[in-house]
Amino acid sequence: MAQATIDELQGLTTADGTPLRRALHRAERRAKIRAFLLVTPLLVFLAVTFIYPIAQMLWRSIYDDTIVTLLPNTVTAFKDWTDRDQLPPESVFAAFAVDMKQTREDRTIGQVATRVNFEEGGLRSIFTRTARHIDDAKNVTSWRDWFIQENPDWGKLNTWATIERLGHAYSILQYLAATDRQYDDHGNIVMAPEETQIYVPIFIRTLWMSLLVTLLTLLLGYPISYFLATLPIRTSNLLMIMVLLPFWTSLLVRTTSWIVILGKEGVLNDILVWLGLISDDGRIQMIYNQTGTLVAMTQILLPFMVLPLYSVMKTISPSYMRAAMSLGAPRFLAFWKVYAPNTLPGVGAGALLVFILSIGYYITPALVGGRTGQMISNFIAFHMQKSLNWGLAAALGGILLAGVLLLYALYNRLVGVEKLSLG
Amino acid sequence: MSNLLKTTVLAVGLAAFVAGAAKAAEPLTVVSWGGAYTKSQVEAYHKPFTKKTGIPIVSADYNGGLAEIKAQVEANNVTWDVVDVELSDAVRGCDEGLLEPIDSSMLPPAPDGTPARQDFLPGTLTDCSVATIVWSTIYAYDATKFPGEKPKTIADFFDTKKFPGKRAMRKGPKVNLEFALMADGVPADKVYQVLSTPEGVDRAFKKLDTIKKDVIWWEAGAQPPQMLADGEVAMTTAYNGRIFNAVASEKKPFVIVWDGQVWDLDLWVIPKGAPHAKEALDFVKFSTDTQRLADQASWISYGPARKSSVPLIGNFHDSDMKMGPNMPTSPDNFKNALQNDFEFWADYQDQLNERFAAWLAQ
Amino acid sequence: MSVLTTLPSYASPIEKIWYVLFRVLCGCVFLFLIAPILIIIPLSFNAEPYFTFTHEMLTLHASAFSTRWYHLFLNDARWMQSVENSIIVAFFATLLATVLGTLAALGLSRSHMPARTFIMSVLISPMVVPLIITAAGIYFFYASVGLTGSLLGIILAHTALGTPFVVITVTATLIGFDQSLIRASAMLGANPATTFRKVIMPLILPGVISGALFAFVTSFDEVVVVLFIAPNPEQYTIPRQMWSGIREQISPAILAVATCLIVVSIALMTVLELLRRRSERLRGMTPQ
Repeated sequence: MAQATIDELQGLTTADGTPLRRALHRAERRAKIRAFLLVTPLLVFLAVTFIYPIAQMLWRSIYDDTIVTLLPNTVTAFKDWTDRDQLPPESVFAAFAVDMKQTREDRTIGQVATRVNFEEGGLRSIFTRTARHIDDAKNVTSWRDWFIQENPDWGKLNTWATIERLGHAYSILQYLAATDRQYDDHGNIVMAPEETQIYVPIFIRTLWMSLLVTLLTLLLGYPISYFLATLPIRTSNLLMIMVLLPFWTSLLVRTTSWIVILGKEGVLNDILVWLGLISDDGRIQMIYNQTGTLVAMTQILLPFMVLPLYSVMKTISPSYMRAAMSLGAPRFLAFWKVYAPNTLPGVGAGALLVFILSIGYYITPALVGGRTGQMISNFIAFHMQKSLNWGLAAALGGILLAGVLLLYALYNRLVGVEKLSLG
Repeated sequence: MSNLLKTTVLAVGLAAFVAGAAKAAEPLTVVSWGGAYTKSQVEAYHKPFTKKTGIPIVSADYNGGLAEIKAQVEANNVTWDVVDVELSDAVRGCDEGLLEPIDSSMLPPAPDGTPARQDFLPGTLTDCSVATIVWSTIYAYDATKFPGEKPKTIADFFDTKKFPGKRAMRKGPKVNLEFALMADGVPADKVYQVLSTPEGVDRAFKKLDTIKKDVIWWEAGAQPPQMLADGEVAMTTAYNGRIFNAVASEKKPFVIVWDGQVWDLDLWVIPKGAPHAKEALDFVKFSTDTQRLADQASWISYGPARKSSVPLIGNFHDSDMKMGPNMPTSPDNFKNALQNDFEFWADYQDQLNERFAAWLAQ
Repeated sequence: MSVLTTLPSYASPIEKIWYVLFRVLCGCVFLFLIAPILIIIPLSFNAEPYFTFTHEMLTLHASAFSTRWYHLFLNDARWMQSVENSIIVAFFATLLATVLGTLAALGLSRSHMPARTFIMSVLISPMVVPLIITAAGIYFFYASVGLTGSLLGIILAHTALGTPFVVITVTATLIGFDQSLIRASAMLGANPATTFRKVIMPLILPGVISGALFAFVTSFDEVVVVLFIAPNPEQYTIPRQMWSGIREQISPAILAVATCLIVVSIALMTVLELLRRRSERLRGMTPQ
């Protein structure tokens, strides 16, 4: 509306002679700046404590200067290695000897060995063992012969191809690893050996489990949202507590309770034994597997489905269905053709929200997931905390984040962030 | 950026600190594996140390690995002073420059004057670490679950026909692959030779395949006795001391099978740049003298790393239970034992961890 | 008004069956939601160190119940330290998140706000980005500026995680806020501070408080970030301590702690519900 007014005011001026149009523009700009200033503190805060750290972490997935920094002479000397079907020339071996002496002195040889070992298992010890002897090497005429004599693995093409690949600070190696791919000796991208293919199946499992959780929450959430939306407000407010209490209860508390219920000596098994449905020896394994994870996640995320569904259903006037029925539609047909389509925005909002939250789930799978219930987040944590392959963790995180942001953008477009309701 | 950030937030969060800043004596942070094991260290090392020096000790738990040390050292923000690690991590950490070198000639000699270097068992002192105990991974079963024939060999653990019931194993390839090969008939002294070949690894995984559906995986050392006690599993691999403690202090009907035990060392290390490096070194020296190591052995059944400590080991604390026969190193238990090869694991752990994770996920 | 949930007298038998079935189904779902929470409470009074109801408990024998796990919890220095930490962290994180979030929501609701949708989605993103990614990022960043192992670090991280809730709830109360009220106030001679205190604040207060409650609960419940940035037990929060407990030695003491947390959540929920009713009354809406 402001825009239209400005266009109509061509030629008018304010009291001090400024064209009214410019004065209004200025006022509007000032208002914009003022609005923006209010948002600035939070934006800056999030930029520093949230966005920048994540960006910095993801940076590790494409940037790794360990080898460039610690083996500088070798990396430079690789220029001379033109025939990639042959071992590198003597100059590379000689440069490598210089670097190795230096890393031995600085006690950084372990870092080199670890980085190389991530790429090619088993190479670690040839670095550390050879480094222990390099100070004893005197009057060496051919470093190439010295190295190969020290350990025959130095005579393998693959060893050098691996070092050379790592000699670039920027690379997509980690993303290849995160998608079960690798370079072969000739620099082609190929699938990793079958017994070590792991991340693609895990990504697929993560998506599949999230989809199942979304469907389950929809299946359970739809009827009760409808029930709540059609009850008199006093009753529904009371029943709403049943939805809100889980929402407000600690995630760890709820996960604990599922351990208590589903455990082998747990409440549910006890009841089944007591009812005589299973024998005491035949207790069912319901937790520490995919089933346990799905059950717990469904219960934990159900409120996120019910709340948007409920708020949409509340706005649907019951007269629609009455109209359809008075026109002769059977009750269920009326429901399906008239009522259900109106709830689609709620279904979309709830489903997307639950799906987005599920694919990043960590705590519940970690505690009750056992072997088959682990999701991609658990593997990111593993590489962050156990294997220390931070580059790979960053690459896995990068793929996960890209997926989540894509869905988030979809949510923004279909539902709109401002519609996010919290009870 | 860092300064700007610090000043901005300091102003806001200052109040949160007032309570914390008031604490006077700087405590030493000693990190170990938790449960009965940490308790044995608290009783044998921490309490006497604090009594002697007045320096309080905060003990923290972790589940092993170099991750936290590496993060702290790389960030130049070390908060741990002394850490209890496995041998492979002590060696790897030293190679990567994450640990302070410890000159073993500074360690106290044995009571009879034998220098520390001769008194410690061979291989228990490295450039950056001092061993405290010899421990082993064994398997144990609940005697009430097997009233008839009892499991006796490592092969029995993998025999779910003869000995039905769920099993629990540590979630990771280490030790499990060794167990699998030994159960498959590989003699202890050939295990790592076989495991260094791709066929050997396949063979180990194939053996694990046979019980995969019956296995529950544990991560913390305190879990296996708990799983046995809760009836979640009938047999579990475990650290021998944990099972011993469940038997000795909680009177659980658990039995350890020593056949095929895989033994390893636990060592003290000091992260590079530890906030109280000097006190940390004092603590390491204090806690690895002959008497202290012997004291610890009266709290948990792990063998001391010093020869001179062995004769001083008495009974399980305040009881008439002899500790000697419960040690991994006691001759009866040591007949078919395998030492964990740290160099093999330093080399192959990344690869085998991945392979193991892939295998688990299948 | 409803079609499937109340039954007219002329309903067919099939409809009657459906009516009953539907209610049973809904009952089951409600049970599924609430039972896991309630079941913890009686079990936390178990005199035995088990997670199941003993025979004596089911026959309501007094000796089967005890408060021993509560004593254990209340007399354990580590648990008490974690309670203290949780309260300090949640309090300051809530304070910061509420101030930052409310200011941002006020800015976002101005009609002149440039790139509103984009900025809004950036501000909400801490809620959407998987926690493991946030935790990993913060872990490296904190390590490089020396904030790991400090309560301050946890407070800042939890502030970031809590702000989206404040932004959402305050923005929601500002929808339908008549911006001309601000102009009217200014025309009547009030300076911006007075306008804020006398005009804006009373209207958005329910939103601010419920946002603050959400931020509080978020911080009180968060464990992933703490797992990464608090390596020492001196900085453990309640959920972090529970995590160790569940992973390592799951004793009924955990259930006692859980019961206490449930009581806290019931209290917070009640406050929120009362607020909601009050704000509806203030806006002249009848609670329908």
